[in-house]
Amino acid sequence: MTAGDILLVFVAGLLPLGYAAYFLGRRKAVTVLAGGQSMHSRPQQYGWYAAVSMAIPAIAVALVATFADLLGLAEPPPAMILTAALVCAAAGLAFGVRTVRPELRARNRLDGVVRWLLLGAALISIITTIAIVVSILFEAVRFFQVVSIWQFITGTSWAPDFGSAAGGFQFGSVPLFAGTFMVTAIAMIVSLPVGLLSAVFMSEYASRRVRGIAKPMLEVLAGIPTVVYGFFAAITVSPFIVEVASWFGLDASYSNILSPGIVMGIMIIPFISSLSDDVLNSIPNEMREGAYALGTTKSETIKKVLLPAALPGVISAFLLGVSRALGETMIVVMAAGLRPNLTWNPLEDMTTVTVRIVDALTGDQEFNSPETLSAFGLGLMLFLVTLMLNVISTIMVRRFKQKYD
Amino acid sequence: MKLKNTADNARLKGRYRAEKRFKAYCFTAIMLAAGFLVIFFVDMISQGYSAFYRTEVLVKLTYSEAASTNYRRAVSDDVFDVISRGVLRTIPREMRANPKLVGTSVERWVPAKPDIDQYRKGKLDELPPDVKQTVQRLEDNGRLEFRFNSAFFTQGDSKLPAEAGIWSAVVGSVYLLVLTLLFAFPIGVMTAVYLEEFARDNRLTQTIEVNINNLAAVPSILFGLLGLAVFINFFGVPRSSALAGGLTIGLMTLPIIIIATRAALRAVPDPIRLGAFAMGATRWQVVRDHVLPLSLPGILTGTIIGLAQAMGETAPLIIIGMIAYIPDAPSGITEAATVLPAQIFTWAGMPEQAYIEKTAAGILVLMTVLLTMNAAAVLLRRKFETRW
Repeated sequence: MTAGDILLVFVAGLLPLGYAAYFLGRRKAVTVLAGGQSMHSRPQQYGWYAAVSMAIPAIAVALVATFADLLGLAEPPPAMILTAALVCAAAGLAFGVRTVRPELRARNRLDGVVRWLLLGAALISIITTIAIVVSILFEAVRFFQVVSIWQFITGTSWAPDFGSAAGGFQFGSVPLFAGTFMVTAIAMIVSLPVGLLSAVFMSEYASRRVRGIAKPMLEVLAGIPTVVYGFFAAITVSPFIVEVASWFGLDASYSNILSPGIVMGIMIIPFISSLSDDVLNSIPNEMREGAYALGTTKSETIKKVLLPAALPGVISAFLLGVSRALGETMIVVMAAGLRPNLTWNPLEDMTTVTVRIVDALTGDQEFNSPETLSAFGLGLMLFLVTLMLNVISTIMVRRFKQKYD
Repeated sequence: MKLKNTADNARLKGRYRAEKRFKAYCFTAIMLAAGFLVIFFVDMISQGYSAFYRTEVLVKLTYSEAASTNYRRAVSDDVFDVISRGVLRTIPREMRANPKLVGTSVERWVPAKPDIDQYRKGKLDELPPDVKQTVQRLEDNGRLEFRFNSAFFTQGDSKLPAEAGIWSAVVGSVYLLVLTLLFAFPIGVMTAVYLEEFARDNRLTQTIEVNINNLAAVPSILFGLLGLAVFINFFGVPRSSALAGGLTIGLMTLPIIIIATRAALRAVPDPIRLGAFAMGATRWQVVRDHVLPLSLPGILTGTIIGLAQAMGETAPLIIIGMIAYIPDAPSGITEAATVLPAQIFTWAGMPEQAYIEKTAAGILVLMTVLLTMNAAAVLLRRKFETRW
């Protein structure tokens, strides 16, 4: 029996039981009511109460058994799990129907169950974060057993294949991070001025009508998938840059790092502009009016009053933009090179952390090979850096909000 | 009042000039963004529109005995060099499936070789002279022309550019979106309801909130690593399957739905809750009967936007192997599948020139779907938006 079949049988068994429980619980309540006695809750709430008392033990047993199986603690045969779960369900049903009494506060009990259910859903986000950390950490630790952390952080040569010229593999991540920071820097040089000035235009200069056009336009920009940006960078922008460079007598690689940098910058423009727009809009109007009263022009107000006031918010937008650029994958995978290259020249090809993660995991290596595991080492670094940026940015924006809200 | 001091006047003029300059900078910035958008769409359309039609040749397919073993015999030798192999390859199979065909013949439009197609679209400079001659002759007889490329929409991926289509990727995308929705929507809405309506402001609640904001900013590729390590290696979900993809993308979409739902719930004014409480409703009854129905349009808007994002996501799907070569549409959620953006990625990496227009055309289809989804979300919001 596959996992799908087991699940199907389980649900197929549980549904009629649930219906029976609901029906029995409600009927008992109706009978009591017909006897002239008043009850705390409505009959259908007793029905739900009975159904829930049936489902909870059954689902609990099924979950515990599944996890015991997955973690390898025990290997109960599926038939046994199913039988156990359905027996528990039947017992729960009997208990639920028996406890239906006029003084039972079924309504409040249900409310409690719903609260726990919702809390359980909310905990999934925490579990996800923990799962990300644990899964990456677990494999990264295995990677760092083979490669020393020090070599990983300071080494300047990345050669994960056995057949490399240096002989044996080398995992020095500096060239990868150099590429990542290069592409991020180019992206931010493009996106920060354009995004910030667009936000200023929309919140301070544009009429309602212009704003009504400009904002959806930026949203369309934000809605373009990264794989599409990647194709655009590789097919259109890179050859264009090579042409322009040769016109100036410079030699550019077709997988130069400048092209993904620029396109990534364009991708981040709407991100910076919408965050800055929000920040500028939440600055109270009194500040603008105060400045005008002193005789400043609009641009002086913006430069001397509004932007300094909005600075924490703008910095937070900038940091979030950086964090996006660091983790951006498709654009660099499609338009940047695979060669680890330590250079300052943006016309040369460089590779980035995310490119190497994808490369390591799409090759035909075994899962336990150091190259595959290196993806998790790089992923861990990426996670730590972006997490730090996100936390700083959250703190900054909270400070800003506290000041003006 | 007239300013007498000329020096002051000059300074004022300077300040006004600075004002104009600054406004011009701001305007330039927004025009740059708009300009890029225009360049982008013009570029994609000009590269991609030609994939919606293709060169086809009207040939006589002979289902002879000889053709059942050697498909080459199904057509006359002069057209063999101009048509794509894809159709011919299926002929022996067709004959085995339907023995009555033997001995008959049929006239059919079949796709031409990609080189010829590209040449006629002006994307390839030269053809071998003999092929060129054949093409010219067929063209003159009206047996070779551009026809609408319906195969692009009805066929799956293929190693032959003339046959490659987006159908299997579209099916994969639909599977993925449905799974994402089934997974992320209930959990997302439940989380938001808990945080907005049920939770007390304690440590746990704050931790959950910080967590959700952080999750929204975690690079998507790390979700791919999570999917690989947890869903595939630990839970044993089949690699490359829509199920693995749906779960991974579902986790990514979760924060978007939660944040949108919370905003929608917060927009419902408190008197509605208090009124219901005053009637003796429990918290769950208040939420179920009053708050949720009122905030539903907002929740749906956020969900559509989240799904549009999920649909364009590629990086995590590459990590969990959803870039496999899928010629036939998957028939279940545990089978290997690919999605539209992943198909675009695969085609973009193909060395043949003919795949470039396919890639751009795939992008046009994807963008049309995404823009439609976003427009639907905006319309939904406009139509049902209530100002309290």
